[in-house]
This record gives sequence, C-alpha cells and structure tokens, in this order.
Amino acid sequence: MAEPVLSVRGLTKRFGALVASEDVSLDLAPGEIHAVIGPNGAGKSTLIGQVCGTIPPDAGTVRLAGRDVTADGAAARARAGLARTFQVSALAMEQTVLQNAVLGAIGAAGRPWRLWRPALSDRDAVATAEAALTRVGLSDHAASRVADLSHGQRRQLEVAVALTLAPKAFVMDEPMAGLGADGSRGMTALLADLKHEAPILLVEHDMDAVFALADRISVLVQGRVIATGTVAEIRANAEVRAAYLGEDA
Amino acid sequence: MSERWVTLAALAALLALPLWALAADEPFTITLATRAAILALAATGLNIALGTGGLVSLGHAAFFGIGGYAMGILASHAQTFAPLSLGPWEVPGTQSMPVIWLVAIAASALAALAIGALSLRTAGVYFIMITLAFGQMFFYFATSWRAYGGEDGLSIWVRNGFPGLNTLVPIQFFGLCFAVLLLAMLLHGRLIRAPFGLALDAARQAPARVLAVGLSPYRLQLAAFVLSGAITGLAGALYADLNRFVSPAMLSWQMSGELIVLVILGGVGRLAGPLIGAGLFVALEHWLGGATEYWHAWLGAILLAIVLFARGGIVGLLTGQGDRRG
Ligand SMILES: Nc1ncnc2c1ncn2[C@@H]1O[C@H](COP(=O)(O)OP(=O)(O)OP(=O)(O)O)[C@@H](O)[C@H]1O
Ligand SMILES: [Mg+2]
Repeated sequence: MAEPVLSVRGLTKRFGALVASEDVSLDLAPGEIHAVIGPNGAGKSTLIGQVCGTIPPDAGTVRLAGRDVTADGAAARARAGLARTFQVSALAMEQTVLQNAVLGAIGAAGRPWRLWRPALSDRDAVATAEAALTRVGLSDHAASRVADLSHGQRRQLEVAVALTLAPKAFVMDEPMAGLGADGSRGMTALLADLKHEAPILLVEHDMDAVFALADRISVLVQGRVIATGTVAEIRANAEVRAAYLGEDA
Repeated sequence: MSERWVTLAALAALLALPLWALAADEPFTITLATRAAILALAATGLNIALGTGGLVSLGHAAFFGIGGYAMGILASHAQTFAPLSLGPWEVPGTQSMPVIWLVAIAASALAALAIGALSLRTAGVYFIMITLAFGQMFFYFATSWRAYGGEDGLSIWVRNGFPGLNTLVPIQFFGLCFAVLLLAMLLHGRLIRAPFGLALDAARQAPARVLAVGLSPYRLQLAAFVLSGAITGLAGALYADLNRFVSPAMLSWQMSGELIVLVILGGVGRLAGPLIGAGLFVALEHWLGGATEYWHAWLGAILLAIVLFARGGIVGLLTGQGDRRG
C-alpha cells in the first residue's frame, strides 16, 4: 500500500475513569474512504478531536503526510492540510453562505490580517469559495444567511468550507447526521466524488452510506478498535456483529 | 431605513447641531456636541471588541484613562517646563496634540496587548471579571500617583494645540474631534467587511470553525482588543483635552460601564451604535440631569427597555433589523 496520508498510532484519551480512546491506530491511504463506525459514546468524536488537534491525547501520535503533527494545534494542522467537518455544524450563523466559504479560503491562504479591502473583493478567495459551493450544490444559496438554511444545506456547507482548504485529507464527523433519505443519497454521491481529491476519514452512523462508500472500515467500541477490514470482512466479522451490527443485522 | 442611512443621518445630525449653535451663538451646545463626539469615539473603540469581537470588556476605562493621563502628563510637563525623566532619558513635555495622540495610542495599545493577552485566555464571565480587575488596578494606581495629582487629578491651563487650528475656539476643536470620530468609524466600517472582520466575527460566532480553517481566534481577538484599546485611548486624550482635566474618574469601572451602556443603547456591533448611544446619553445627561439628580434612573429605564425589546439597540429599531447586522 502507498504511504498513508494520515497515520494514527496508539492514541489514548481518558476522561477521569472513562477511557474514551484506548490505543487507537489507523491509517488513511491516498484515494480511500476509511470509515469509523461504532455505537453512541464509542469515542468517535473524541478520536476526531485528537486527530484534528482540538483534544490533546494522553498518549499516541498523529502523522500527516509523513510529518508528526502531534504537537501542533488545530489551526496548524488545518494549515498543514487537514480539513474537518463537525458532527454539530460549526458555522457563522449570522454570515452568508458565501462569507463562510470565503473564510475557509482566507484561512487556507493565511490572509486574515487585511483591515481595509472587503473580503468579498478578494477574487481568488471568492473564486475558491464559489467553486466549493458549486461542488456541493449550494451556489444558488450563496447570498443566504446560514441561519436561514435548512439543516441539510448546513451539512453541505460544512463540506464546502472543508473543500476551500484544498486539503490533503478530510476528516468528517457524521456528515449525514440528521439528513433525510434524499439528503443522504446526495451526500453519499458527493463524498464518493470527493475522495479522489483527498482521502476521507469518515465517522458515520448511516450504515447504508458506510457500506456504499467505505474502502475500509474500522469498528470502535468503548474506545478500542475491535476490527479493521473491507466492507465484506466487517459484515462477516462475528465480534463486530455481536458488539455492534447485531442491533440490526 | 438601511443601516448606511442611519449612520449617515447620525453623523449629519452631530455635524449640524454645533453649526446651528455657532450661528445661534450657543457655545455650550458646541461643547455638548464635542463631548458626544468624543464619547462616541471611545465607544466606537469598545464596539470593535464588544460588538464585532464579542469581547465584553469591563475594563475599557483603563485605556480611556491611559489616554487621558498621556495628555495630562505630557501637557503638565510642558507647562512647567520640567522634563519628564524616563530612566536614563529626559524628554520634554509637549502641548502638541498629534504627539500626545501618538503617545496615547501607543500607551493604550500596549496596555491592551498586556491585558488582552492574559484576559483572552478566559471567556464569558471570567473575561468580564478579569478585565474589570485590570481596570481597577489602573484606577488605584492613579489615585495613589502623587506626582500627577493622585485622587485630585491633574489640571491643564490651556488646551493643547493642533497645527493650523486654534483649538481654543470651540467649533474648531469640535471639528477636530468629529474628524477623528469619522476616521474611526470609517476604519470600523471597512474592517467589518475586510477579511479580518469576517474572521473576527466568525470567531465570535463559531470559534471551532475558525480554528478548523487554520486561523487562531485568540490572535484575531487579541488584535481586535489592541485596536479597540488604542481607539478608546485616543478618545481619552481628547476627553481630557476637552475638560482640560484628567482624574482617576476616567479610569473608574463606572466609566467602563458607561461605555458599554452607550454601545448597547445605540446598538451592539452597529457602526452608528456608539454615536447614537453617546448622543442620547449626552442629551439625557444635559436635559434630565438639569431637572433631576436621579436622571440615571431614567437612563436605566431606557436601557432596560432596549435590552428587553430592542436587541439591536436604537440602530436596530431604526433599521427594523434588531436580530441581524447590516
Ligand atoms: N470533554 C469530555 N469530558 C468527559 N467525558 C467526555 C468528554 N467528551 C466525551 N466524553 C465521553 O467520552 C465518550 C466518547 O464520546 P464521543 O463523543 O467521542 O462519542 P461518539 O462515538 O462520538 O458518540 P456519538 O455517536 O454519540 O457522537 C462518551 O462517553 C462521552 O460521554
Ligand atoms: Mg460523535
């Protein structure tokens, strides 16, 4: 296998007595979607927080494109090429859709210190933002306030902002959360397309989407990876069926 | 009415009043308008931190007072011809406004950098309390600073000068203050739409998002806090010049609270908010203050009504967009 874009080794995180991550290791190879599934409270978001630098791990390392970024903060990791979407949308609600996307382009270009010229007159940033909005199908809503968007449109915008970073890897926390059947299908098609741009570490509850998208799946239960494999392997894995899929498989 | 028109109308009103007063030979009204302009400038500084940045600082009187003392100290040395000794250096005092302004801006920006760097490690109520505590430190320091008047403050005999103007003529001093206010509002207006304002506004609404696109909310907010403190400091220098007097009252927490009240009255984060708030405040202070000692109670009632029923302040009422900024 090619050199992994993202490589996580031995991540461990305790909240008091609770072990939210226990010796978690996984890789994200170029061009793949690596899904992480697991029951509620399994530690999926905590894992993402450690990968992206918002939660400091107690032990373990994170490497991005071969470089150890464990000591870097979240902003530095984003600049290094890690683009994250949130389980609960984190967007500037009073701003427009375009402004949120332009913020991503400004961040990626490292140019927030301009005080005089309007952000929306920065042609490069606006072009990047508009391309990302078109990609996720939000270009008709560029001028809408985020507060006026539907839940599904906000999920799309989360992905668009991540796209403006032109990242080396996407890290997505439940992008389908709260989407209807139509929304899920649209998001599934989008992610299937995006993985050619950069590989995706995908935390997701929607099993149809995971089985349709994932090249590999890791199953997280109580902070531990109990299995990693292809869709077929995970479907066939007895321990996984008992611990997790057993609910509905 | 769009917010742009509200801003222009408020500026036009502030400009028209003293011009009328000049024609009607009512110099005291010019002084009131000057006071409103300077308070609006101080509150415009605060509005950058409080409104755009979402940083509720209860310590902005520190910057206002530092600007005031910068003027008081420099001018008092100039009028006694005693040089100021700064360690190994001796520098003369000055009665030149441009120099005083630069010193006021530099000193208050430096103080804001130190206070902000520490305070911004906290958030919410802790941020309010820690900025209040820093403000009080400066207040108590000034009350015990005998060399510069201690509790009694410091008087200046003649107003400082500005090249090409006679600042003793009320309308000329007003014009100067109005021009500075205009510049500050222009800066704030540009900044809101610039990348810096966009990122700062996002850091207020969704700091996790700002981090996730590779920017530091802390640095953005610190920069906003320093700019905010510098503008409020400049206003302090003008305020002291208006009164030809500076005292620890300029550094008091009541002063910080008053600046917040101005911003809330007019409209938090609105460009014209501080100006309208300051105008209303000075008018109430003058009319009600002349009629009753308890005018602050009336101010309180108005403030309560605004907070309860008009979240965007008076600007929000006028634009009909209490919940969104223009
Ligand atoms: N900051 C925290 N302090 C204490 N406990 C926490 C903290 N964050 C998460 N936890 C706990 O750690 C465990 C893992 O939480 P996490 O949010 O990572 O789960 P998850 O797999 O993302 O769940 P979900 O599917 O509901 O999103 C949970 O038991 C949670 O209560
Ligand atoms: Mg989660």
